[in-house]
Amino acid sequence: MKTSNLTHYIYGIADNALILGQRLGELCGHGPNLETDIALTNMALDLLGQTRSYYQYIAKLSTDNLTEDDVAFLRKENEYRNVLLVEQPNTDFAYVITRQYFFDVFHFLLLEQLQKSTDVNLMAIAKKSIKEVGYHKRFSGDWLIRLGDGTEVSHQKAQQAIDDLWMYTNELFDLSTQDKTVIDAGYGANSKDLKEKYYAELTQTLTKATLQIPENKYFQDGGKNGVHTEHMGYILADMQYMQRTYPNMKW
Amino acid sequence: MEHQVDIHPKLYPILKAIPDPEIPVLSIIDLGVVRGAKLDGKHAFIEITPTYSGCPAMDMIGDEIKTALTKHNYIPDVDLILYPAWTTDWMTDEGKTALRKYGIAPPTDAITDKKALLGEERVIECPHCGSTNTKLVSQFASTACKAMFKCDDCLETFDYFKCLI
Ligand SMILES: [Zn+2]
Repeated sequence: MKTSNLTHYIYGIADNALILGQRLGELCGHGPNLETDIALTNMALDLLGQTRSYYQYIAKLSTDNLTEDDVAFLRKENEYRNVLLVEQPNTDFAYVITRQYFFDVFHFLLLEQLQKSTDVNLMAIAKKSIKEVGYHKRFSGDWLIRLGDGTEVSHQKAQQAIDDLWMYTNELFDLSTQDKTVIDAGYGANSKDLKEKYYAELTQTLTKATLQIPENKYFQDGGKNGVHTEHMGYILADMQYMQRTYPNMKW
Repeated sequence: MEHQVDIHPKLYPILKAIPDPEIPVLSIIDLGVVRGAKLDGKHAFIEITPTYSGCPAMDMIGDEIKTALTKHNYIPDVDLILYPAWTTDWMTDEGKTALRKYGIAPPTDAITDKKALLGEERVIECPHCGSTNTKLVSQFASTACKAMFKCDDCLETFDYFKCLI
């Protein structure tokens, strides 16, 4: 296995956790109530913890003495491989929950497969993370049902979020040529029926929540190839400011 | 069994005396995060594993282990391992009792929580009054490893240490 392929593949997983973790972290002190605030930031912490495990592994694989901080803070926008879904803003609580649920369902299915990776490091991270992601999915799924099957306003807001974010779901399943090499070698998550399972689970939950599956068949992608939406630059500016202003600073 | 942890008898009391930074009544041994402690002359090799990936206490636990071992004239080497992943099954009975006394409901058996994850109700005993007339307030409480419950008898809220299996 070429290290560059493996690293590329790991970024495709880890960057999702980093950027979504950063998004959730923005909500610290701004949650709609104390319990939700704490839950969202706990999830942010889980995701950042998972990110660290992946980045530490990438640093270990690197031949030019990269550290996990270099990897997190010193890459350029087009070097991040996160999907567009996770960089979408915290427009309102319905968006936060919908974005989270759309990601959690995928994340759980992916980790289920990654647990079988022949790479011991990825296997270990997946086995650790999936326990946490099970809770995330339960939290976001419960809330989505509550919003959809709640008041007229909560229903309408949840439907709006679903309609707007739906077009970012298909990208979760995009694989680059390098990704495929890693998966074919048994290092990655082998996920032939992942997409089918994913949409089946979403359909089940949305039905329970009395929400409509959008009819829109247009899907937007690009994040995995480093082509991001206009929101990404702001996230990175916020996140990378300290490390770029005070190079090599440590906490 | 993955439960079996090899801890050198000379290192055991030192490690046992180190409290978890967030739940000080719980020793890191009773929490189950120490996964190995070997001794080679004066070199002590300790393996610890996080409860949750982002657990902010891990760096501190690592530092405290180093400090304690150095004080006892050992040369410490602390390694963070991820596999096998920590489970609440590794928490000792002594640890669970300490938690309850502290006002945190200890993790129940794994099957109860697995069911809860699939949407079924779980029965958690109130650590204040012992009532089982309790309900879940939030899946996440003061830390990622705890959920918040409310007791309908004594009306107090309490943390429940979630099962991870
Ligand atoms: Zn009570």
